[in-house]
Amino acid sequence: MIHRFANPARFMRLSAALLPWCAVLGALLIAAGLVFGLVLAPADYQQGDAVRIMYVHVPAAWMASFVYAVMAAASAVGLIWRHPLADIAARAAAPLGAGFTAICLITGSLWGEPMWGTWWVWDARLTSVLVLFFLYLGYIALVNAFDEPTRGARAGAILALVGIVNLPIIKFSVDWWNTLHQPASVFRLGGPTIAASMLWPLLAMALGFTVFFVTLLMVRMRTALIAAKVRALRQVASEAEARPAPRTPRGSLGSVRQ
Amino acid sequence: MTALADFLAMGGYARFVWPAYGAAALVLSWMLVDSVVAYRRRQRELELLERQRAPR
Amino acid sequence: MSPFRRLVARDLRLALRQGGDAATVIAFFVLTVILFPFGVGPEPLLLQRIAAGIVWVTALLAALLSLDRLFLADYEDGSLEALALMGLPLEAQVAAKCLAHWLVTGLPLTVMAPVLALLLHLRAESYPALVLGMALGTPSLSLIGAVGAALTLGARRGGVLLSLLVLPLYIPVLIFGVAACEAAGAGFAARPHLLLLAALLVLALALAPFAAAAGLRQALE
Repeated sequence: MIHRFANPARFMRLSAALLPWCAVLGALLIAAGLVFGLVLAPADYQQGDAVRIMYVHVPAAWMASFVYAVMAAASAVGLIWRHPLADIAARAAAPLGAGFTAICLITGSLWGEPMWGTWWVWDARLTSVLVLFFLYLGYIALVNAFDEPTRGARAGAILALVGIVNLPIIKFSVDWWNTLHQPASVFRLGGPTIAASMLWPLLAMALGFTVFFVTLLMVRMRTALIAAKVRALRQVASEAEARPAPRTPRGSLGSVRQ
Repeated sequence: MTALADFLAMGGYARFVWPAYGAAALVLSWMLVDSVVAYRRRQRELELLERQRAPR
Repeated sequence: MSPFRRLVARDLRLALRQGGDAATVIAFFVLTVILFPFGVGPEPLLLQRIAAGIVWVTALLAALLSLDRLFLADYEDGSLEALALMGLPLEAQVAAKCLAHWLVTGLPLTVMAPVLALLLHLRAESYPALVLGMALGTPSLSLIGAVGAALTLGARRGGVLLSLLVLPLYIPVLIFGVAACEAAGAGFAARPHLLLLAALLVLALALAPFAAAAGLRQALE
């Protein structure tokens, strides 16, 4: 199945068709999530209206890990099967993942100050998410540090796979250690413990962020493919200039053979 | 009008909630703008190059 | 001598002949630790509270110093390609290089650590945890560092990039190393933290040679 989509031209056609729909869907979901989260959902009996930060913080946190998983999976596909689009996908996803992680850290800090009384605490969950942020930055720095793009992509792929150990640490940190951060209330074995009126805006925002990510991922991948085409065309143009065009007309060559 | 004022006050937590949403909006906008601007730039480069090749 | 031991011996000889490495690492370690009493004040109680952290962080930074040269010399003069064609699998060669690196950096750091901890008034109960922790932790630093060194071979600004990549991966070792010292100092058992350090070492031993070898292979392509 993977090889059906290996063709860059096919990807360009597919993404061109999907993009407008994804963009609209993402915008609608995020708008719905905002309306439900900011206006319609109830305030928490303990946290008051500060709980509304959850509707950006939690989806961003889910995306931070999800995008890294996508990046690592793409890296694995690129390393094992040398799929042409895999390296491009991993590279395109990284800045988006870093953005979501930054949102998670910033909104988390703004939520922590009124709730816990501190802007930051070095507990397992926060520390491992901070490490995730640095892994994203390190990946971006590494892939851009080589003159040859494939070298950078391969090195980055290995780094992405090495860093995957951080994901289970992030997920289970609230269970394995005494943390200030609250334990899981959605993705847990017994099912969500959160009220339905809060769960729906949360899921809408999460889905909206995911569609937003997929949309921008396609845009960035298209950009990379176009850039590759531009490089190839420039290469051809410079080679053509270096080689002077042959001056002898075809006729005289034909006469030589006789 | 007090409904709007109450909404903006966010039960006293306004100075945390609005910066949080603002920061999220800022970062998401940056992600969007950066992606689209880079795409348009490359698209223009490609069109320019293809127009240069076309006469031959 | 088995090929593995021959490779370790070769790297040791090279490292010792260059002379610089072990001495530079120790000198950096000592000088940086000494800076702290000047920076935060010589008050014993304050230094005692942060002693474990200072020693560990500085050891981490010192271990970083010689990492970018781990594969660089061989890469630049072409002997890395020759080594890749030798009988020994690349993963084993990486392990051999890590061992040599540890013998020249991690081991001296482990030996110097209690001496420097003395200058920082580390609690007496913490010393065994410190030495044991460093003995378990510094090999992990060499192994994780080797992955970073392999990935940044030939990169622009390789040295700084190496630090950026490797330091986040060092953080778990740092956390448990310091936790072991603090636990011992407070009268609790250091064993759980030391066991976690041992677990990290096992994980690093299992994964790092493969990741580093993969990095070396794509650098040689």
